Amino acid sequence: MSDSLDQIFIHAKQWLLSFISGRAPDWLIQIASSLINIATLLGVFLTLFALISVLERKILGRMQNRYGPNRVGPFGLFQPVADGIKMLIKEDIVPDRADKIVHFLAPVLIAATAILSLGVIPYGRNMTPFVIDGGILFFFAVGSTTELAVFMAGWGSNNKFSMLGAMRAIAQMISYELPLIITVLPVVMIVGSLNPDKIVGAQAAYSLGFMPHWFVFTPWGATAFILFFVSGLVESNRTPFDVPEGESEIVAGHMTEYSGFKYATFFMAEYIGMFAISGLGITLFLGGWRAPVHFLDFIPSYVWFFVKLSILLFVYIWLRGTLPRTRVDQIMNFAWKFMLPMAFTCVVAAAVWHYTGRGLRGWLWSLAVIAAVYFTLSILLDTRRKFAPRTYRFAE
Amino acid sequence: MSSIAFVAITILTLAAALAAATLQKLMHAALSFAVMFVGISAFFFLLGAEFVGLVQIFVYIGAVAVLIVFTILLTRDDVGKVQSFNWSGVIVAIAVFAGLVWAIANTKSLPLTPPLIEPVRVQRIGELLMTNYVWPLQCVGVLLTAALIGALILVMEEKT
Repeated sequence: MSDSLDQIFIHAKQWLLSFISGRAPDWLIQIASSLINIATLLGVFLTLFALISVLERKILGRMQNRYGPNRVGPFGLFQPVADGIKMLIKEDIVPDRADKIVHFLAPVLIAATAILSLGVIPYGRNMTPFVIDGGILFFFAVGSTTELAVFMAGWGSNNKFSMLGAMRAIAQMISYELPLIITVLPVVMIVGSLNPDKIVGAQAAYSLGFMPHWFVFTPWGATAFILFFVSGLVESNRTPFDVPEGESEIVAGHMTEYSGFKYATFFMAEYIGMFAISGLGITLFLGGWRAPVHFLDFIPSYVWFFVKLSILLFVYIWLRGTLPRTRVDQIMNFAWKFMLPMAFTCVVAAAVWHYTGRGLRGWLWSLAVIAAVYFTLSILLDTRRKFAPRTYRFAE
Repeated sequence: MSSIAFVAITILTLAAALAAATLQKLMHAALSFAVMFVGISAFFFLLGAEFVGLVQIFVYIGAVAVLIVFTILLTRDDVGKVQSFNWSGVIVAIAVFAGLVWAIANTKSLPLTPPLIEPVRVQRIGELLMTNYVWPLQCVGVLLTAALIGALILVMEEKT
């Protein structure tokens, strides 16, 4: 029973394909199978995007002690529909001096790369849309083209705010891509594969029947996961790292000259990127679609994936509701002086964990390595700045 | 099937390369250059060399194309100016073409039926890099570190 519920989407796809199998050549079936995957991915994640966009506003409202949107439909749940219609019928303004082709292609490219990176994440048992041997590498290869799209948006608009926003975005994306990729390395090292399915498979076992072998429960895994999450925040330009679109300084960054549906596309790409990076984090550190305790295995695998995804997305919204925006130089210093050394420490700690026998001893040794580097860094990076009442030079 | 894909990718790559060489606006040329890189990585995928294809996208679009685009941005004074016909460029192009033709003509042609090569797995590449080719890898690492430090020093001198 639980097995058939678990595999229900796989069976549905087989059933759909059975209509053309035998009658059509192999390549047509292959294309049809890919198209089904793509349609499902788009359907699920665009719905999730609509849902999250209203939930985010509701949760933020709750955190700021006000009602969120509550006029359209029950609990304001139809708000995204209204927003979508509004965005569609808005005038699409292209600046006169803009580079028209580049201006048009930027939102297309940014949405395409965001959606492509969703394709390699295992959403459940046998539910990886596209199985690629180097899936993790594919994710980052596609992700690295986002920078070019952001640049196209900034350049194509021919606007100083757009250009400044694009410069900021690219600077922070390039800086944080390094820790993001290096925090993935320990997992790849321990599993010995770049295949997301194998990484999930390596976290399958339970000790004592209730303690899952997720990588987040090892010292190096926990550190790497935190670093990964922070880098993911930066890569998806979310608060507190949303300087590229800092409204108080540069209007809306690289999106300043976009209106109507093109703006909505940027908005969507940001959220899809957020889903993708959270999905990868779940796959790498939080055991993918595995249940947290053994006896809960009967609940279908995709449910677990989306439960974990919702928790991570809630943390994203929570951070947005609580933290102020950081300064550009603070972001850069943090990346190169703290994130990068800590990311390398995770690699070393994972190696230590592996060679001291992956047990309690390895656990303690890798914790010692990470703690040593962490405290050294915090002593070295201490600016000895005292927190005192601010003195004003001119205002007084 | 794969021959159709080959023709399509070839047309895309060549068109992008031609556009990169002929487009008037420098930024458009740089972006079509990036499209050409995508085409080349598609060739690698078609050949079953997934890893090389992915690294191609990673390095050439994520880094080299962004670098080119940034260079254009920082030297945008002559953007949009129509360049006069460049004779030295023609000479260089002919020289390169002649060199390539000479090299191709002097290469012993291989048998036309390709030997059966099983696709190289990422794991195998990693093992080779860490065993047989560990010295070249380390040398490249040292070289890149030196380049990084050199770049930092260049920037720091400007500051003082």
